[in-house]
Amino acid sequence: MILDGKCPTGPIEKSWDKHRFDLKLVNPSNKRKYNIIMVGTGLAGAAAAASLGELGYNVQAFCYQDSPRRAHSIAAQGGINAAKNYPSDGDSIMRLMYDTVKGGDFRAREADVWRLSQVSNNIIDQCVAQGVPFARDYAGYLDNRSFGGAQVSRTFYSRGLTGQQLLLGAYSALSRQIKAGTVQMYNRREMLDLVVVDGVARGITVRNLITGELESYAADAVCLATGGYVNVFYLSTNAKGCSVTANWAAAKKGAFFANPCYTQIHPTCIPQAGEYQSKLTLMSESLRNDGRIWVPKKKEDVGKLPSQIPDADRDYYLERKYPSFGNLAPRDISSRSAKEACDAGLGVGPGGRGVYLDFEDSIKRLSEDTIRERYGNLFEMYEKITDENGYKRPMRIYPAPHYAMGGLWVDYNLMSNVPGLFVLGEANFSVHGANRLGASALMQGLSDGYFVIPYTIGGYLVTVKPGEVKVDNTEFKKSVEDVKGKTNKLLNINGKKTVTEFHRELGKITWNDVGMARSKESLTDAIKKIPALRDEFWQNVKVTGSGADLNQQLENAGRVADFLEFGELLARDALHREESCGGHFRVEHQLADGEAKRNDADFSYVGAWEFKGNDKEPELHKEPLKFETIHLAVRSYK
Amino acid sequence: MSDHKTMTLTLIVWRQKSATDPGKFETYTAKNITSHHSFLEMLDCVNEDLINADKEPIVFDHDCREGICGMCSQVINGKPHGGQERTTVCQLHMRKFKDGDTIYIEPWRARAFPIVKDLIVDRAALDTIIQAGGYTSCHTGGVPDGNAVMIPKPIAEEATDAAECIGCGACVAGCPNGAAMLFTGAKVSQLALLPQGRPEAAARVLKMTAAASECGFGNCSNHYECGAVCPKGVDVKFIARMNREFIKAQFA
Repeated sequence: MILDGKCPTGPIEKSWDKHRFDLKLVNPSNKRKYNIIMVGTGLAGAAAAASLGELGYNVQAFCYQDSPRRAHSIAAQGGINAAKNYPSDGDSIMRLMYDTVKGGDFRAREADVWRLSQVSNNIIDQCVAQGVPFARDYAGYLDNRSFGGAQVSRTFYSRGLTGQQLLLGAYSALSRQIKAGTVQMYNRREMLDLVVVDGVARGITVRNLITGELESYAADAVCLATGGYVNVFYLSTNAKGCSVTANWAAAKKGAFFANPCYTQIHPTCIPQAGEYQSKLTLMSESLRNDGRIWVPKKKEDVGKLPSQIPDADRDYYLERKYPSFGNLAPRDISSRSAKEACDAGLGVGPGGRGVYLDFEDSIKRLSEDTIRERYGNLFEMYEKITDENGYKRPMRIYPAPHYAMGGLWVDYNLMSNVPGLFVLGEANFSVHGANRLGASALMQGLSDGYFVIPYTIGGYLVTVKPGEVKVDNTEFKKSVEDVKGKTNKLLNINGKKTVTEFHRELGKITWNDVGMARSKESLTDAIKKIPALRDEFWQNVKVTGSGADLNQQLENAGRVADFLEFGELLARDALHREESCGGHFRVEHQLADGEAKRNDADFSYVGAWEFKGNDKEPELHKEPLKFETIHLAVRSYK
Repeated sequence: MSDHKTMTLTLIVWRQKSATDPGKFETYTAKNITSHHSFLEMLDCVNEDLINADKEPIVFDHDCREGICGMCSQVINGKPHGGQERTTVCQLHMRKFKDGDTIYIEPWRARAFPIVKDLIVDRAALDTIIQAGGYTSCHTGGVPDGNAVMIPKPIAEEATDAAECIGCGACVAGCPNGAAMLFTGAKVSQLALLPQGRPEAAARVLKMTAAASECGFGNCSNHYECGAVCPKGVDVKFIARMNREFIKAQFA
């Protein structure tokens, strides 16, 4: 099937305005007749729930944490992009769009990226009005810094806490609507199934994580703002509860999963310290504004203290290879370069899996106090984890799984191929192509939540009669029975290996075979190993406790079970995509200098997979990508 | 770092099956712990041992494990988050403990935070306080340009200091009165400092403090335990600012 993204036609500069005008409106007095389900309350979900509630819709919002304020958007450190051009350094909506399309290695939809760039400016205004304390200069104006993949300063920030401040802004707007009664908030609920009636998304089945009860909720539209899936690698920068479960439930009910192989490995994370490690911690990309990345030139120097290695014996490899972007080269390129250096035996620290991020020159130029003012909380975090002082000796960093560019397929209105199912934020696939630039995730989450879905969902709702399907429909009962069956199965295996052991094993397969460098052999290997591990899981996993109670092992078992299915799809997508682009690097497809070699003739499309059952191969559907405003070119940051 | 030295620790952990169960301390041994384990990774190891011994693992709240989501909430040796300055439980590392140590682990204890199970408490009351007025009532869209109102840098910085609160509730757990004054004061101050928050400042402080009382939180009697245990170092001066706003609101 050839998929249609339903993008507006005509001049790109007018595309979103024209589309907004063309969308049908729901009469204000009719809005309250419609129920909307919002799963997830991070930047996208909280912003959307608040905005839809304010418009007058009845919103039911769900999160697995004890409060919507805990969503993992909170951990984003560095900043949020906008095309304000306050520094007058040449920025514009078109340039932000250009940087984003190029940064994504020409695998995103132009119209979606234009819209994102256009509303980026509204996001900053919105957050300021909410009381988000962005950094200011001494005149009292908003301050900017630079992020990877851009030659302008367009990143707005609040210390190293930008995600926290933006999320709390959205959470406060959501709290206002909860108080007003337009949003009903359900904490500690995990969505385990999507209910589809006659081909239309009508509701969800959730587990109440306190009582263990399965609950049904019906609505006129279901929105998933359920984040990304990189915990499929076990160790990642995501929160422990982040999973693919909600998205996978939708995929199993017919929603296509697009570009799962586009995963972002973030270049600057704290290296793993031991086998027991439960997660990896990111050090914001903003540090690369003032930190210089290097490894020793000579292998015999890797064991030396960094202070004993003279400047002439250091390889500032990003500055050497990419002189015009230097340490602010995009993430995919920076991560691969770090891997290459370590693979060549030049890595530092335990296991030779680390490179230096050095602030010595900046401290000399600006003073330690200035660096502390800019990044104090990040240095503090580094010291807590490593017991090393980043002001005194260079930080050691290494790439780690961070973000999923892939996600459920959506059209321009953010609706999946299942009518009534909308997907927002990281959970969808739409704007980042094969690589996301820094400070763009917050922008996308808030764009989808505040400024896109409030318009586009109306265009769908006018086509449905409100309240047509209720929870007494047999599909809801069937869904609850299915979930109950799976839960009981997990509890009754009583095998020998814990859930974490399985997750760790899956992570080893995915990281080694489907990680930063992929090959036909490694991917074929993963496609054999993952189903074998999945079979073993269903024979030999040990889940203690009961289903009628708070049971974290059971929660985790369900998530790992889904990763064991989804991981195979990720590998299959990576195997089918015979090219390198952005975060997807196939060793067979590289240029003479080791850069990614795209194949536009054969792969300039969105690959959207239809689930056909675990024992059958998924079916690939394609949405061709057209580049009319920004011409396809070899991405160069040299 | 491959540390060959490992530690063995005795854990005395609060176990409580449900809100109505009386609960009691149980003793466990944590083995093969290195100085690089985080406190939660140490508990993960203990839980793996419990599961393998067919026992129910200890449940505790956690999520981001990088000190920002505010989910983790344990009183360690009598101190919320374990007593290391500006540190959440998830960022506390075992290098702060010695081989052979005995560690007491309890949930937050406060009237407004009923225990759910083991180390997990219900902190919905904190959301209730924010819902009472912890926002500016701006609409989505229709707001002025971000640079339309200048904000002096020191004011923006002070508002950010207050806004660093992660809503974990350690201040409540540390307070002998079970007060949420630091939590409430931080949000009241952040918004009172900024021009965008001024129009509703008086109504906000009255509504939020009333909500805190209704939820069963106590009042401040200047112990300042809250500031000492706050993992983000939120300053107790924000309680004073809230009190000033509260008095001003009486005349508004």
